[in-house]
Amino acid sequence: MTNKYTIPIAIKNEIDHVRAKFPSNENKPAIIESLLILQHHNDGFVTDSIMRSLAEYLSVSEIDVLEVATFYTMINTEPVGRNVISICNNVSCMLRGSDDILKHVEKKLCVKVGQSTTDKKFFLKDEIECLAACNGAPMMQINHKNYENLTLDEVDDILDKIK
Amino acid sequence: MNVKICTETFESNKPASLATYLKYGGYEAWKKIITEKTPKSSIVEKIKNSGLRGKGGAGFLTGLKWSFIPLENKQKYLVCNSDESEPGTCKDRDILRYNPHSIIEGMLIASYAIGASVAYNYLRGEFIDEQKRVFDEALKIAYQENLVGKDILSSSVSIDIYSLIGAGAYIVGEETAMLESIEGKRGMPRIKPPFPAIKGLFGKPTIINNTETLASVPKIMRNEPDWYKNIGIGDSEGIKMFCTSGHLEKPGNYEIPLGTPFRDLLELSGGVLNKGELKAVIPGGSSVPVVKGETMLQLNMDYESISSAGSMLGSGGVIVMDHTTCMVSVLQRISRFYYAESCGQCTPCREGTGWLYKMLTNILEGKGTISDLDTLNRIASQIEGHCICALGDAAAMPVRSFLKNFWHEFEYYVDKKQSMVS
Ligand SMILES: Cc1cc2nc3c(=O)[nH]c(=O)nc-3n(C[C@H](O)[C@H](O)[C@H](O)COP(=O)(O)O)c2cc1C
Ligand code: SF4
Ligand code: FES
Repeated sequence: MTNKYTIPIAIKNEIDHVRAKFPSNENKPAIIESLLILQHHNDGFVTDSIMRSLAEYLSVSEIDVLEVATFYTMINTEPVGRNVISICNNVSCMLRGSDDILKHVEKKLCVKVGQSTTDKKFFLKDEIECLAACNGAPMMQINHKNYENLTLDEVDDILDKIK
Repeated sequence: MNVKICTETFESNKPASLATYLKYGGYEAWKKIITEKTPKSSIVEKIKNSGLRGKGGAGFLTGLKWSFIPLENKQKYLVCNSDESEPGTCKDRDILRYNPHSIIEGMLIASYAIGASVAYNYLRGEFIDEQKRVFDEALKIAYQENLVGKDILSSSVSIDIYSLIGAGAYIVGEETAMLESIEGKRGMPRIKPPFPAIKGLFGKPTIINNTETLASVPKIMRNEPDWYKNIGIGDSEGIKMFCTSGHLEKPGNYEIPLGTPFRDLLELSGGVLNKGELKAVIPGGSSVPVVKGETMLQLNMDYESISSAGSMLGSGGVIVMDHTTCMVSVLQRISRFYYAESCGQCTPCREGTGWLYKMLTNILEGKGTISDLDTLNRIASQIEGHCICALGDAAAMPVRSFLKNFWHEFEYYVDKKQSMVS
């Protein structure tokens, strides 16, 4: 059994803010955004005890939270590297050489897509979606910030600057 | 014609600011409506007469959709679909960050017209850094100016707007899946009917419109329906943003009148990359049928013209491919996406998308046979039209059209176990 997680007051306030967007008798709608908030404050992933505490706080069942956590790909239920890299390799990006970028980053960081580096600095997400920057292809997102029209050299520069 | 609507503010210094938007006549339509207490039905009528069609993919007449909302006075909702995730599509991201007030004003007018007191803008999770920040900032200012909120400009009209954030799931772009997601559940499309206009969010009548659709509304209201109607051609009235991507010198977002020749859009986009040869175009996001380059050069960017070539205008994501493109690899990549994104509710979609992807992967690995090509076609036709939502069709249409237009290339691949182009 994991220890009980207590949601800090500041995060509770954020969650209350999310709840206020919905009818007061609806508890579930706040789950998705609350999970994003909680994982943001927990090195990018949520634990079972975090999900349990959220369920309790929102007065929903644990399975409601778990269903959401496992359906949406931006919510991680396992530890991942601190900096999340998504390299789009959907069709428009593929046409502009994204596969080479992906290979290059795999080699540079010594990981395969879907893995985190051993020092937990980077998580190379297995990105299947198009990241809606197709006319800036090839592109990647690092911690949700876009880098577009990439060359291999630029990728090196960007990654080397990240702490 | 050089008319701009959604992209009007893009070239300004501070495109997202209220001052910029006001300079372009922003919020005039909204202020007029609430001071004159314009009857709801006359707004719906105007939008109908303008011929505005949904820009999210299906091209449904917006005014007609609004008119399906029951008239009785009960809770209703408006939802703006900013989930933008159809591969090849990247227009809403620019409206959100460069012209957010047009979305807010469009949401206000639409909410008023359908009698909704609450409106949500649902942004895809990956927009959290830039688009959501800019949109939220604009919304905050609109609240401060009392253009949104309670008793707007002392008119006794109250409309609240909230932005919501997704968390990574393409299927949530489908309107009923989006309602499920807003309700805090997995994004599984609902069986229709009932349609959202009758039973939508939290069981209440709801209208869902795309970001670009709503952002077009204020200027249409300001300039009268005929102005908009006269921009386009035939049943394709008005103007549309096209996102050009792939093998182009200047890929970008171009807002042009419907009916503009594809050649002109190609020219705006700087022509084919490195003066290459135009091989193929996917004219409306990765789910619509592919069109051969030579055919595409004869077409215009409007609903009728594109459909005369067996494809669709869709979301406006125009993916351009030059002579170096291996069509087998492109189709396999597209199939991977729909396989991964199928929500799994319908057997033909869940199983079929997996088979399509695996067979195409086999072919790429040199393990395909000629009979596989017929099997691909057969699986695709068994998915099409047999599912709850259009994702099934979206997975099937590319397969059938790639095989039809580039059969010889697939044949070559299974025969020689390598691509015809490389
Ligand atoms: C699988 C799937 C994904 C979709 N994704 C989007 C999307 O990302 N954005 C969007 O506006 N519409 C999307 N749609 C279309 C919506 O269901 C809906 O038709 C649209 O938002 C209505 O707005 P409009 O009438 O203004 O176009 C999608 C549809 C399907 C079947
Ligand atoms: S067609 Fe596919 S994505 Fe749509 S509801 Fe059925 S299984 Fe889900
Ligand atoms: S295909 Fe890569 S951002 Fe759209």
